[in-house]
Amino acid sequence: MAAFRGGEPPDELRWFPAAAGPKAVLVYLIRRLFAVVLTLMVVILVTFGIFFIIPKWTGVDPATMYVGKQSDAQAIEAIRQKLGLDDPIVVQFWEFLRGLFMGRDYTSGTDSVHCDAPCFGYSFKNEQLIWPVLTDRLPVTLGLAGGAALLWVLGGVATGIVSALKRGSIWDRSAMTVALAGVSLPIYFTGVVSLAIFSYQLDWVSNEYTEFGTDPVKWFSGMILPWVTLAFLYAAMYARLTRATMLEVLGEDYIRTARAKGLREPVVIGKHAMRSTMTPVLTILGMDLGALVGGAILTETTFSLPGLGQSAVRAINERDLPLILGVTLITAGAVVIANLIVDLLYAVIDPRVRLS
Amino acid sequence: MTAPLHDTSAAETAAADVAADAPAKEIAGRSPAQIAWVRLKRDKLALAGGSFVLLLIIVAIFAPLIVSWFGHPPNEFHDGPETVDALLGGQPVGDWGGMSKDFLFGVEPVNGRDTFSRVVYGTRISLIVAFLSALFAVLLGTVFGIIAGYFGGVIDTIISRTMDLLLAFPQLLFILALVSVVPSELWGLSGSGVRMGVLIVVIGFFGWPYVGRIVRGQTLSLREREYVEAAQSLGAGRRYILFRELLPNLVAPITVYMTLMIPANILTEAALSFLGAGVKPPTASWGQMLSTAVRTYEIAPMFMIFPGLAIFVTVLAFNLLGDGVRDALDPKRNR
Repeated sequence: MAAFRGGEPPDELRWFPAAAGPKAVLVYLIRRLFAVVLTLMVVILVTFGIFFIIPKWTGVDPATMYVGKQSDAQAIEAIRQKLGLDDPIVVQFWEFLRGLFMGRDYTSGTDSVHCDAPCFGYSFKNEQLIWPVLTDRLPVTLGLAGGAALLWVLGGVATGIVSALKRGSIWDRSAMTVALAGVSLPIYFTGVVSLAIFSYQLDWVSNEYTEFGTDPVKWFSGMILPWVTLAFLYAAMYARLTRATMLEVLGEDYIRTARAKGLREPVVIGKHAMRSTMTPVLTILGMDLGALVGGAILTETTFSLPGLGQSAVRAINERDLPLILGVTLITAGAVVIANLIVDLLYAVIDPRVRLS
Repeated sequence: MTAPLHDTSAAETAAADVAADAPAKEIAGRSPAQIAWVRLKRDKLALAGGSFVLLLIIVAIFAPLIVSWFGHPPNEFHDGPETVDALLGGQPVGDWGGMSKDFLFGVEPVNGRDTFSRVVYGTRISLIVAFLSALFAVLLGTVFGIIAGYFGGVIDTIISRTMDLLLAFPQLLFILALVSVVPSELWGLSGSGVRMGVLIVVIGFFGWPYVGRIVRGQTLSLREREYVEAAQSLGAGRRYILFRELLPNLVAPITVYMTLMIPANILTEAALSFLGAGVKPPTASWGQMLSTAVRTYEIAPMFMIFPGLAIFVTVLAFNLLGDGVRDALDPKRNR
């Protein structure tokens, strides 16, 4: 990087280090995208497998798992026809994939349901298409994950850095004790306790979810507790991680070099040490955010937030396979794509990383 | 001690002389396990965690005895007017959620079951599921990790990709889905036994890639060491090298991972029970008690405290012990 002394490297070089030409980057991207698609395929296949193969082993008719409780032989037969449950699993899998891109019709006799292009399936239990359910609930989950992530990244990273810089001090010890307690506390415990105190006893915040469009203030009031409790759990993990990484980085030669050059301490920490410290933090953040998008299942259940996670739990209790498949697919997609973005970002924040 | 100038025989004589002169100063060799134990004994927090874990194991084993002394049978209803107030929606009678000499931790809202007994019995489920699933994950992870690392090539690619894939799965969701399709009678077990079996297998199955990755990485570097080459040149077979030469050197990281995996599994089991996919009621489990607490915190705010604290303190104790074990087994640490 010596060539850029006195100035920032031009943008394209910051993105993709000089060693990798544009062609290498393209090849890398294509290879990664291929892996993303493959992973998603396997996820669909496995989810399919769970609901098709396991019932077969245990001798349960899969069609009975799709209908409501008041089911008669006719309704079961209609579903069997609509879903093509007698076809081999490969055919069913293919039909599902085709539906994702081209839409499909569920037909049995004269009765027919049309499902538009991103067709994630049709829930016979609740007689609704899956895709609208997912898009309805996604904003709630995104709001929860986004707000909490902002809090925990700021709080966790800052705590971790200060702890590392003042290693062994009272601040460090108390912060790390709190953090250790934090990673040992389940969210559904901190969640109920905070609900009981701040919502029920003190009545400071709402315990209901209100849509942002309806009343932004009530929305905010209802989201504070979920944000804070979720963020506390993650902040604890991030503080521990940041502290450990920062301590390791501070022992490296290039930090000594930076100090020897006479750089001021804020620059050494803020610019030189921070870059390598952020690499593992970013990795975990990508995975965590991806997983949360698919449903902060526990948080949403505790606070009765109508997000994806809550719908997943409902779907599982009702054995609503199409909905489970939909949520699983969205989650897996979010995790895989988040990982891809993180890998690309590595090259930006950590100059030592080369795409390979 | 001996200067390099001496030839061997002189050095030997000198050493023999020293030994003869001062037999009391003999330096005893310590095995890595002994060194780790000495270090662990110096770590107060880890010892506290370890003692608590021991206490928990005792509580789990003697749960029926403890409950017969200090409590009521865990599934016995006490829904009479002296314990729960039906008019107030099943609110426990008395301060602090009905805590008294009779009911040490108070009673459950509505049914009035003894919270103390249920927390004590919950220890069993938590520990058994967490320990066995960690063991299962460690077994799978070690076998596949060591195979992937030692053989490399296609085998390594297949195993590594499988691990990556499993890590990309939304785990909680999948475990939930799996638990929900498994029927209530299987493998000759019935009732809570099936659910416990399923929980152990499923949690363990999703945990092995974490162990597998570490074992694979360690094996990759260990297999290039001289002692492996020496064993090979002496005609040792693959199995001998894998299990007699490599495995003993993997015991430290595996032990550390296992102790840190148990608290994670306790949390997973509690989360699944919280979501209704754990052991079947009326069998008591901490997560399930908390899910009752979420529904009833407005009438019985105290009910959440004990199952919640039980999870918290147990996980914390295991985490402290795990951190201590890690530090004790790390040869780079000189503390």
